[in-house]
Amino acid sequence: MKSAESVLDKQIPAKPSCYHCGEECRDEIILSDDHEFCCQGCSAVYEILNENNLCSYYAIDGSQGISPDTTYFKGKFDYLDLPEVSEKLLEFTDGKLSSVHWLIPKIHCSSCIWLLEQLNRLNPAIRSSVVNFPEKKVRITFDCQEVKLSELATLITKIGYEPYISLNDIEGTQDEKWNRTRLYKIGIAGFAFGNIMLLSFPEYFHLSESTSDQNLRTLFSIINLVLSLPVFFYCAADFFKSAWSALKGKYLNIDAPIALALLCVFLTSIYQISTKTGPGYFDSLTGAVFFMLIGRYFQDKTYAGISFDRDYKSYFPIAVTVLKDGKENRVPITELSPGDKMLVRNQELIPADAVLISSRALIDYSFVSGEAEPVERQKGDTIYAGGKQTGLSVELEVLRKVSQSYLTQLWNNDTFTKEKENQNQTLAARINRYFSSVVLVIAGLTFLFWFFILNQHETAFRAFTTSLLVACPCALLLSSTFTNGNLLSLFGKHRFYPKNADAIERLSHIDTIVFDKTGTITQTNEAEIEFVGKDLTEDELIMIKTLAMQSSHPLSRMLVKKLDNITASRRMLIQFEETGGAGIKAFWGNQEVKLGSSKWVEQVEPTEKVQDGSQIYISIDRKIKGYFTLKSKYRPELAKTVSVLQEEGFETYLLSGDKQTDRSILLPIFKKDTNLLFEQKPEDKLHFIEYLQKKEQRNVLMIGDGLNDAGALRQSNVGLAVSDDINNFSPACDAIVEGNQLGKLPSFINLAKLGQRIIKISFAISLLYNVFGLSFAVAGKLSPLIAAILMPVSSITIVLFTTIATNISAAKWMKN
Amino acid sequence: MSALYVLILVSLFVALAFLSTFIWSVRKGHFDDDCTPAMRILLDDAITTENPAKKPS
Repeated sequence: MKSAESVLDKQIPAKPSCYHCGEECRDEIILSDDHEFCCQGCSAVYEILNENNLCSYYAIDGSQGISPDTTYFKGKFDYLDLPEVSEKLLEFTDGKLSSVHWLIPKIHCSSCIWLLEQLNRLNPAIRSSVVNFPEKKVRITFDCQEVKLSELATLITKIGYEPYISLNDIEGTQDEKWNRTRLYKIGIAGFAFGNIMLLSFPEYFHLSESTSDQNLRTLFSIINLVLSLPVFFYCAADFFKSAWSALKGKYLNIDAPIALALLCVFLTSIYQISTKTGPGYFDSLTGAVFFMLIGRYFQDKTYAGISFDRDYKSYFPIAVTVLKDGKENRVPITELSPGDKMLVRNQELIPADAVLISSRALIDYSFVSGEAEPVERQKGDTIYAGGKQTGLSVELEVLRKVSQSYLTQLWNNDTFTKEKENQNQTLAARINRYFSSVVLVIAGLTFLFWFFILNQHETAFRAFTTSLLVACPCALLLSSTFTNGNLLSLFGKHRFYPKNADAIERLSHIDTIVFDKTGTITQTNEAEIEFVGKDLTEDELIMIKTLAMQSSHPLSRMLVKKLDNITASRRMLIQFEETGGAGIKAFWGNQEVKLGSSKWVEQVEPTEKVQDGSQIYISIDRKIKGYFTLKSKYRPELAKTVSVLQEEGFETYLLSGDKQTDRSILLPIFKKDTNLLFEQKPEDKLHFIEYLQKKEQRNVLMIGDGLNDAGALRQSNVGLAVSDDINNFSPACDAIVEGNQLGKLPSFINLAKLGQRIIKISFAISLLYNVFGLSFAVAGKLSPLIAAILMPVSSITIVLFTTIATNISAAKWMKN
Repeated sequence: MSALYVLILVSLFVALAFLSTFIWSVRKGHFDDDCTPAMRILLDDAITTENPAKKPS
């Protein structure tokens, strides 16, 4: 008899990899057309592609296919044909041709692009399909008289690319045009800036007093004025709007001095031109607008395809199966009303609070409460929205509408209505507040001095406006936006995605870090599995794996994963039976195999009560062989990360929706007993963060993963969502980090702090330029030439400095 | 010298033409996705019907 351990860990060399998905064929190998496939799904996709002569799919990037989702069932997309749903989903339709824009999270390589753009070969009614790779979206134009929307969804689901359609698509609004407006503005400002510079050259090199030169001067001035009009009224409009709304709210924001400077310079320039006293400062004006717009573009740079603002609407399905007069109908969940009977299948989300009609259900609440194990519910129990049914389909009677369900109520909390980003709080804004007032005082004093003491009214106005112009805080704006913009892309390289520049700045002020347990510091879908009992033979392990594979229960699936290198048999199991919440059994030949809870396996007195984790007992032929214990597996780098953070002076907390079971393991890591909080409901988490912020004046970084953390993530100063697949689910947050990168958290925070220092240094550099420029301006001697040179030179210096400095510091901190 | 006036206006119109092409291209969506076309061009027609043996189904 071999020992169980050696069988478990034995490496079976050279297993063939699946021709379609490239994964190692773990269990039975399906041979089709001289290729090996790991499952029915993969070979089915291959057949479709082969029939349609699309096999060059595999020639592009190798075996990169996607195994189709096994939870698909016939009629899943029927609801798409309902007029009220299709109306919202279709981008365009004229009764003949329609187009739809779908998010397909599974798009990952160039083969995907190729296949999705060849859809017309699978169905000629599809006219064209265009993939946007960074956003993982496909736009399909099709003949809606020949193919229905549901058929289209079914077709792409069958080849492995299931579109992600959520309630948000139907209820949410999308704005795509902002990006284009921004580009128009930059384009126009750049055009005006360049041309005005060119036309101002003669002025820089002094035109003579001859008539022809004077005529040229007039012409140039008029053209400059005309060119600057769209810049002033269109491109710079956002600065004025933002400044105005700040003034209405009785505070000064960073745009207020910019708007004032632009306005003064514009008016002075018009005055100079109309009175023929000077050429105006249109070149500096348009240049400033151009550089600031580029800065803003950088600042608002976001990651296409990653959504940061997800609420329950992005998680909920659009439709649910409703039973009416014995018939199944797919009905949009917004139309679900109390009293309706709905049918929820395996792995489907329960969209509304409901009462169970079927005798038993196994609900996975991991999504809502963080509880790792599914809970059993009996007939008549109330089931709250957000749970996922695992196992057989269940019937439920709806209690409350979707919008009034317990889970959706969380979103009515005040936290979700207020905006975290207060521009007044940023470093640039705070420095700017002093800066602006100093500049205003200097400009005002200069004006008074020239006007009343030296009695030179003309020079007084010129000195005033040029002081404002030269001290315009655009270099300051650039320094913070370029530093943060650069950090944003550096972080992105390390799979850490802050939402925007503001989030980086808030990250640098963090002094308290709160962790969620399940899914954040434990690894999803992975558990430490140990076998306790008599050693199992390889035959017995095969039996166990084959049996466990029949069940969709999460514990069975973890067990199957653990028994990875055992080849499951294709031998038929007889009398397979699954009892929800208890276990599974079947006959293997004439041997009865049972897997499940100790009660189910008929062990009357559990030998030792193990508190942590869950157990799967095994009996073969009514003899108990032992049990597997499953413990949630912590990320290996957790202890080190937390201790590094504690050494650097951060206060660390743990909030968990789970039971106290792991307190003993976590205590040595987090040190203080009071910092470990268990059995926290979503609202409790939110209130705890609020308590830290209000009572202890802390800047809190909340790290969480699920919908149950959404409130806390939102309430915290920085909400960091941990996700092992950034394109899938992540709740509303300020930043997303890939699970295995969590160990770099101390480096991320340090780099964010360094970023703030770089901003301060570059601000000092721009201050030097400003003092230089101001000294000319105050003296009333700032000519358009000096202004025009100083503006771009200072901007370019700042951009160069921040780029180089951030890259050097990133290289230093991110080395390991 | 009068040629200068004409030249200045002509140069402005040339610049305007460039600006309008830029605006046109943004409007047409050329800047919406600057990644996929670069990948798409490598995939084109070269690999289409390498195996014309269509299996009867």
